[in-house]
Amino acid sequence: MTKALGAFYPRDRSWHPKAYTPEYKTSVLRSPQKPLVSLGSTLSETTGPVFGHSALGELDADLILNCARPGESALGERIIVHGRVLAENARPVPNVLIEVWQANAGGRYRHKKDGYLAPLDPNFGGCGRVLTDEEGYYAFRTIKPGPYPWPNGVNDWRPAHIHFSLFGSGFAQRLISQMYFEGDPHIALCPIVNTIGDPDAIDMLTAKLDMNNTIPMNARAYRFDVVLRGRRSTLFENRMEGN
Amino acid sequence: MVKFEYLKETPSQTAGPYLHIGCTPNFIGNDGIYARDLGSSMVAEGAKGERIVVSGRIFDGAGATIKDAMVEIWQADADGLYNSPEEPRGDADPRFTGWGRQPVDMETGVFQFETIKPGQVPFPDGRMQAPHISLWIVARGINLGLNTRLYFADEDEANAVDPVLQRIEHKHRIQTLIAGKIDGGYALDIYLQGDNETVFFDI
Repeated sequence: MTKALGAFYPRDRSWHPKAYTPEYKTSVLRSPQKPLVSLGSTLSETTGPVFGHSALGELDADLILNCARPGESALGERIIVHGRVLAENARPVPNVLIEVWQANAGGRYRHKKDGYLAPLDPNFGGCGRVLTDEEGYYAFRTIKPGPYPWPNGVNDWRPAHIHFSLFGSGFAQRLISQMYFEGDPHIALCPIVNTIGDPDAIDMLTAKLDMNNTIPMNARAYRFDVVLRGRRSTLFENRMEGN
Repeated sequence: MVKFEYLKETPSQTAGPYLHIGCTPNFIGNDGIYARDLGSSMVAEGAKGERIVVSGRIFDGAGATIKDAMVEIWQADADGLYNSPEEPRGDADPRFTGWGRQPVDMETGVFQFETIKPGQVPFPDGRMQAPHISLWIVARGINLGLNTRLYFADEDEANAVDPVLQRIEHKHRIQTLIAGKIDGGYALDIYLQGDNETVFFDI
């Protein structure tokens, strides 16, 4: 039996986007209007599923190759996205399953509902996954996704982005977000980005070019750290000893 | 003044309409990348407990069913134990994962989980919670995943003293969390807005 960790710090909901954000039109009819009922952490929230390396395939963290025909590779700017997953208490979070999905270099998704005129890349599926190591580090290889238009305003374009889904050690840590690229002028224009109010919060979603980890003549690196909710120590809560 | 060295949580963004690509690629026919969609099967042969099917739909504020949402569930096994390293009370049934993930059907909006009926789990103060399943709902237009719970209509006694349900001030809203008994399982529709808006939790 492993040592159980404590309750999660309350989520700062003023830091996250509000549910109702009319500039992002789809949120208008999909945003709960009544106050959330405060529950906090019971065992149902502090526990959560874990995934081992056996759940993952050999090429899962290589989007350049994981859907490519033998001897071929995905089209586009080759990049490595890497970083660390920490908790709010600055401790690394190991064994986090990170799932990513993205458009191809032309801004087209491999999805039956995406009708954008940019072509599919037969060698690019757009999904990958990786587990963080004992120090919370992860890395995957992909191509830089393209920006694309979407039906919201008359002429709205999404900045280039990669979707991230993360599992921590408890169900209450579950998080889905999006990673943007430093220097993209579409970030400031995007109604989805701007559902977030605080510029510092938006900056947390912006990956930075990392020349030190760039592989010469091969692939540029972007650094993207993620912070999941932190947990209290169980001191004075469930166990008085061996805390 | 001492400054605590806490980090801010990474802010959420919507999962968008194409979440299937990353979470359930086989569901949309993007096969050959992952062997199977994670969370598509929760129960292995020989798992303890009563097998049930839990299903439902999600309605937006205009009364339309949402066709592009994804639901994840997390629940205890038949004995009330979670299959998690964070479970301090003992080992859960290894034949039951406790975690499921299903996209809603893109035509009908129905989500469906083949699972088992969970046992009871204690509240932090030691009182027992009624059998329940935790739900996490993401979709295009949902900026931060929604947390709710599913309770069972045939657990009246346990529901009546459940410490979480008791916390709901407007008692008529409790029924938004109670799944009705149907043939082969339980059904619960989720309403994002309106008079019947589902109770969502800040967990």
